[in-house]
Amino acid sequence: MSALLPLAFLDAMDVGDFFEVVIAWLETNLEPFFDGLGAFIDWTLTGIEAALMWPHWAVVIVVMVAIAWRTAGWRIAVFSVFGLLLIVQMNMWDESMETLALIGTSVIIALVVAIPLGIWSSKSEGAESIIRPLLDFMQTLPAFVYLIPAVLFFQLGKVPGVVATLIFSMPPTVRLTNLGIRQVPKEIKEASLSFGATPRQTLVKVELPVALPTILAGMNQTIMLALSMVVIAGLIGAGGLGNQVVKGITQLNIGLGFESGIAIVILAIYLDRVTQALGAATQRQR
Amino acid sequence: MNEDVVIEARGLYKIFGADPRKAFPLLEEGLSKEDILEKTGCVVAINDANFEVRRGEMFVVMGLSGSGKSTVIRCLNRLIDPTRGQVLIAGEDIMKMSDEELRAVRRQKLSMVFQHFGLLPQRTVLGNVEFGLEISDVSADERRRKAQEALELVGLAGYEASMPSELSGGMQQRVGLARALANDPEVLLMDEAFSALDPLIRTQMQDELLALQEKMHKTVVFITHDLDEALKIGDRIVIMGPGGTIRQIGTPEEILTEPADDYVEAFVENVDRTKVITASSIMRKADPLVIPKDGPSVALRRMEKSGAATVFVTDHDRVLQGIVKIDDAVKARKEKSLEKILLEDEVYTVWPETPVNELLGRAMTCRYPMAVVDREGRLLGLLERSTILAEVAVDSDQVQSLSDLQDELSDDGPVSEEVRP
Repeated sequence: MSALLPLAFLDAMDVGDFFEVVIAWLETNLEPFFDGLGAFIDWTLTGIEAALMWPHWAVVIVVMVAIAWRTAGWRIAVFSVFGLLLIVQMNMWDESMETLALIGTSVIIALVVAIPLGIWSSKSEGAESIIRPLLDFMQTLPAFVYLIPAVLFFQLGKVPGVVATLIFSMPPTVRLTNLGIRQVPKEIKEASLSFGATPRQTLVKVELPVALPTILAGMNQTIMLALSMVVIAGLIGAGGLGNQVVKGITQLNIGLGFESGIAIVILAIYLDRVTQALGAATQRQR
Repeated sequence: MNEDVVIEARGLYKIFGADPRKAFPLLEEGLSKEDILEKTGCVVAINDANFEVRRGEMFVVMGLSGSGKSTVIRCLNRLIDPTRGQVLIAGEDIMKMSDEELRAVRRQKLSMVFQHFGLLPQRTVLGNVEFGLEISDVSADERRRKAQEALELVGLAGYEASMPSELSGGMQQRVGLARALANDPEVLLMDEAFSALDPLIRTQMQDELLALQEKMHKTVVFITHDLDEALKIGDRIVIMGPGGTIRQIGTPEEILTEPADDYVEAFVENVDRTKVITASSIMRKADPLVIPKDGPSVALRRMEKSGAATVFVTDHDRVLQGIVKIDDAVKARKEKSLEKILLEDEVYTVWPETPVNELLGRAMTCRYPMAVVDREGRLLGLLERSTILAEVAVDSDQVQSLSDLQDELSDDGPVSEEVRP
């Protein structure tokens, strides 16, 4: 290696050291921030968990099936009835709801950050040129790597799980919000401005509504990525179905592995179809 | 400051590119658009445009693609900022306005109609028409009322709840027009508004725009690349040439009869004049009889003097009453009044703005001169068959066959029936 790199400073450089230094610095200097963030995530998560786990499972199933029926039609509603009952039958209900709460928390926070970022990068070439490579980095870095700083900042448990998940799942919404707004036909923007709309009115009344189907496609991607990451976060004790999968692997428990795997698939199909149907509904109007 | 000038452009330039200032000295040297692009990387879109738009006129900016006409219209409401020059809206220079003032002008004085309609796909027709009012914070009730009125004006009442995608192109553009009218602006900016429509619908929309204009008397700036369209709807026309220069400003007839240079001449060469020349421009003074004052003997003397076989009759307000034939007048010489010989139902009437090509068919079947009347029925002038045919003959290669037809018809012309345009 040294022979290929004749320059001394290149030889001496250590990428790993660099990240260690950065993370260590963040850890010591931004501790209050991370503590506050952790508390906020914990609070949101507890609320959503309570809403999902406090009522009897039958009540939650009725609500979820009703949502599926309203948005995605009777086929998905029928699927949800059987799928969710199967989860109950497999004794995976509590774990599934924990996972759902983790997804909900991560996705809400991810969207709150991602949509403004997407809007910003659609409005400013400078912002886009910084945000775009950052998103590439976030999306291609192997998912497991996120777990390390997450644990350093937030210890083990659900909060680092949420943090790793929201970072991993954020990029599609940023990208597609940016794309959606940039794809609004020029004439429609001109029409808005020509009637004397302010930039803000144009954004709220014209650009976001026209870009909505694209933004919803991004949100659908974010939810699906969150689901896959939340399982990986089982490795750091985030709980839910991820924990069951990890247990299945470490104990070579085939039954447990498959049961939790099937529960994940059912949740995935449910979330995907329902959010896609929401996007299609806004698309149909036009 | 002339009261009747609504929009004025003075020394307007638009140059696209990294450093437009570099292009100005080259422009003054008289370099072409291509040379300037090569030397500076700048595109000259408008090169020293000067024009004024008068209150209530249809002002058409006509040019081929690349002539800068779309840039011109966008400079009028500053969707594009001119590089140099002034744009005065009702005497105020919009280049000097703050964002706030500019928005106020856009909300109250100027509305725009777009080539591809620019409608919001997720809103209903009504929601689209309300858009401009919503931007101006008009209350919901008033918004609805005004939008409803605008929709009725363009003939779309009953489509309020439809989505734009459910409508045909022509109907979508009516929505665009209604949206622009709902604000009740002084000026309508129409950017190739009918160019995306198929030819039949386009003609229909042009007619409707003219009819609407007769009611509303808005000032309209209309952009088009279609000369026929420009000649049909324009009160005055600007011809823009390549490189964003104005070649000529004038009425349709001026453009056709006195083209300013070779470019305009080449442009208008192939125009069918009969579509442009109107009844009013070729009609003759009528000198009618007036009832109840005049009798048959006055009628005879009048016809003797003019050498015609018929004479029109009006009342004191010049409203057309009918026509008197020479042989009837001879027979009724002794009578005091024209009452008995007045033919009320055998007069062809035409509007003054009817183009000559539409008169042709009637000229063939009509025994008497046609009466040109306004909407109140007042006689403005008369049109003889020979005048119409002569007008068509100027640039028609069908002259021979037409005059043959005329000979045939004059032997035993069919009885004319009353046809009101």
